[in-house]
Amino acid sequence: MPRVLGYADPLSVAPGEEIRFMVGTLDGPRRYRAEVVRLVAGDTGPGALRSVRLPTSIEGEHEGAPQPIDAGSYAIVEHPQAFGGLARLTVQAFIQPTRVPVRPSPRPQVVMGTWAVDGDAGFALMLDEAGALALRVGAAVVSTAAPLTARRWYHVAASVDLPAGTVTLCQTPLAEHTPSRERPVTVTAAVHTVPPPAGDFFLAAARRGIEDGRLRTTWHFNGKLDRPTLARRALSPAELLAAATARSTHLAAEDAVGLWDLAADIATARVTDRSPNHLHGRTVNAPKRAVTGHNWDGREMDWRRAPEQYGAIHFHDDDLDDAGWRPSLTMTVPADARSGVYALRLEADGGPEFWVVFYVRPPRRGPRASVAFLASTATYLAYSNYRARMRPGPAELYIGALPVVDTTDLLLMHHPELGGSTYDTHTDGSGVCHVSRRRPIVNVRPTGRLWNLFLDLCLLDWLEAHGQPYDVVTDDDLHAEGLPLLDGYAVVLTGCHPEYCSREMLDALAAYLGRGGRLMYMGGNGFYWRVSYPPAHPGMLEMRRAEDGTRAWVEAPGEYYHSSTGEYGGLWRRQGRAPNTLVGVGFVAQGFDRSSYYRRTRASRDPRARFIFEGIEEEILGDFGLAWGGAAGLELDAFNPGLGSPPWALVVASSEEHSNAFQLVNEEMNVSFAGADGRFSPAVRADMVFYEHPGGGAVFSTGSIAYVGSLAHAGYANNVSRLTLNVLRRFLDPTPFPAP
Amino acid sequence: MFAIDPRRTDLALEFKRRPFGPHSPELQAVLNVLRSSRHCQNLLLVCTRPHAEWMLAEKQPGGQPPRLFSDRVFASLEEAEWHAFRVRWETVTGRPLPAVEDA
Repeated sequence: MPRVLGYADPLSVAPGEEIRFMVGTLDGPRRYRAEVVRLVAGDTGPGALRSVRLPTSIEGEHEGAPQPIDAGSYAIVEHPQAFGGLARLTVQAFIQPTRVPVRPSPRPQVVMGTWAVDGDAGFALMLDEAGALALRVGAAVVSTAAPLTARRWYHVAASVDLPAGTVTLCQTPLAEHTPSRERPVTVTAAVHTVPPPAGDFFLAAARRGIEDGRLRTTWHFNGKLDRPTLARRALSPAELLAAATARSTHLAAEDAVGLWDLAADIATARVTDRSPNHLHGRTVNAPKRAVTGHNWDGREMDWRRAPEQYGAIHFHDDDLDDAGWRPSLTMTVPADARSGVYALRLEADGGPEFWVVFYVRPPRRGPRASVAFLASTATYLAYSNYRARMRPGPAELYIGALPVVDTTDLLLMHHPELGGSTYDTHTDGSGVCHVSRRRPIVNVRPTGRLWNLFLDLCLLDWLEAHGQPYDVVTDDDLHAEGLPLLDGYAVVLTGCHPEYCSREMLDALAAYLGRGGRLMYMGGNGFYWRVSYPPAHPGMLEMRRAEDGTRAWVEAPGEYYHSSTGEYGGLWRRQGRAPNTLVGVGFVAQGFDRSSYYRRTRASRDPRARFIFEGIEEEILGDFGLAWGGAAGLELDAFNPGLGSPPWALVVASSEEHSNAFQLVNEEMNVSFAGADGRFSPAVRADMVFYEHPGGGAVFSTGSIAYVGSLAHAGYANNVSRLTLNVLRRFLDPTPFPAP
Repeated sequence: MFAIDPRRTDLALEFKRRPFGPHSPELQAVLNVLRSSRHCQNLLLVCTRPHAEWMLAEKQPGGQPPRLFSDRVFASLEEAEWHAFRVRWETVTGRPLPAVEDA
């Protein structure tokens, strides 16, 4: 496994601008070597990896040290004096724990309080190792000894009266539709301890200490926390019972230390205190907001329409936003550096290299190439630190072969603090809907699984082989800048799998076509999921696997709307913007054991398509390739006017003879039926499509992820390469396409 | 439920000849059983030398790293697939797979 890791910021940088690299070593300090390269071709075979060294000031050996990651989300209120010396207090909240108890190593889970492990002091309402409600104050610990049930709502409270020497704990299951035999539990115990000292107040974590000058946390809570309050007096058992059946934990102003309203500022990291004390806080590591609260009744699905029912935050002990590493290496991109996909190549102690990929865009005010490669950075990020293939599950059944990983992938299983991908689930089983690029990412690299960026390098390699100048721009750039980023390019080429797409990105591409742009969609399953870039969390992506589609996990009821933007999450297909409306095809099937080929159609003889097939005599296209042996494979898209494919588009080739592993995706089969695999169903196919856009532009779509893997076959002298070059050359020709 | 007929070694030969599809419906039925974690180890392959060397491993619950079977190294994906097929065949049918050879 690699012994050195890192990440870059920013992701996309122009010549003359500065980029920082955060580098950390594993298992202690060690020297490492760094080198910046421009990636030309990936490691598709022995000796195939090609890169061009970029001489920089940071090239060479460096002393490295570990940089810890404090994973696990929480909220913190940094007003320590407000929480010190409370001789009488009451803490209350509605909670829905999701991991009870924590296995395989039981530990406490703090609901809220000031507990500091390093000082062994403070107070905390928590679940103990068995999952029962407990209160820790000073040297005293009181527990109900009645474990809570995962995914049920409770009112939980602790009333502390230190002068009287008593603590009362109440855990009250709320009435839900799911039957339950649980009863309220109230425990009163004698305690003798001193009032807690001043300390920061936490929701869903305890302070572990300060390491390397930074706060570290522990005992993270897994689950939802709603309407936490802290009172400066000890409420009576009768008052606690009344609070448990009330709609909120509201307190009289004179009693309140904090009344935190988690339904406020959902799109941000702010935590708002409604008490007169204004003890506002902030979330850390991006817990999931816009989640249903204890009082959600299903009448509203949109958090903006019923904020009072969305007063909860779902915390996870493995959430991660910005890893917060210190910059280790900083360089200015040379003014004459050409646009491309670059990487900081790190190596230590003979271990495998670690690739920190970044992108050099064209100069902000300078010459551009006529061709732009749009790097699918939203998709790369959605897949970042993908663990699902290494966890028990049916992966082999849908791949059609044994899953394959390498030792760099295994890092993720040895270092869970690196966080997961949007294909993974948290330790409590809920889906990962936030991913950040501000952390080491092990699987965006020119090695390993031939997928995403690695496979996209086959396209860049082919452009290089044909001497075609190109710029590299990213999804992140397109989201932020819109149409002006693309304006001026004669042709935009996508990657092989631009699956994740924001509204801003879709709008920009549609506008580009409307102004006469030419788009080559060089892949499959593109423009499928809606994503957003939360303004409050730079470098982060949000998505919700809502309603329909091929889903690694299923979004919780009532939580389909993004917290960051309020957008309805899920498939673009379910929002009136199926990929067919942009590129003429949309996702229909997937399989990962062997790729197939295309056969030309009668429409390929249409004069409108003549330019595509110049010099091509074969009927069969792409029965070869690096991506599992053919140009049509992995994930496939088909033409469908019912979903918005332009009726005048030409389907110039279609794939056939797919394996049993290829199955129609569930959004293509409303009622399950037999015979839906590649051996039986003609619907399992990739359609290669060309159409003239009414705005003067044109679109060419391959409809298959595997396609670009065939470009280099036989020294680039093959029918896929020839066909692609025919399209590129015609698309570069400014001669308008006549309307059909 | 479908059960593998251990006499159908012709299907094993079909797999050996072409471990990556398309498969006949009969072989696919066998594979559906063998690849189901209900019966067999939840396997994956770990590439230990790029393009040259792979080892089988078993996925573990609870987010734990896979357990590597380092006693056997495979020089190709096909070789590893065939080994996994044989091991699982014996696990599921209770009988070792006899030698199957190309005619």
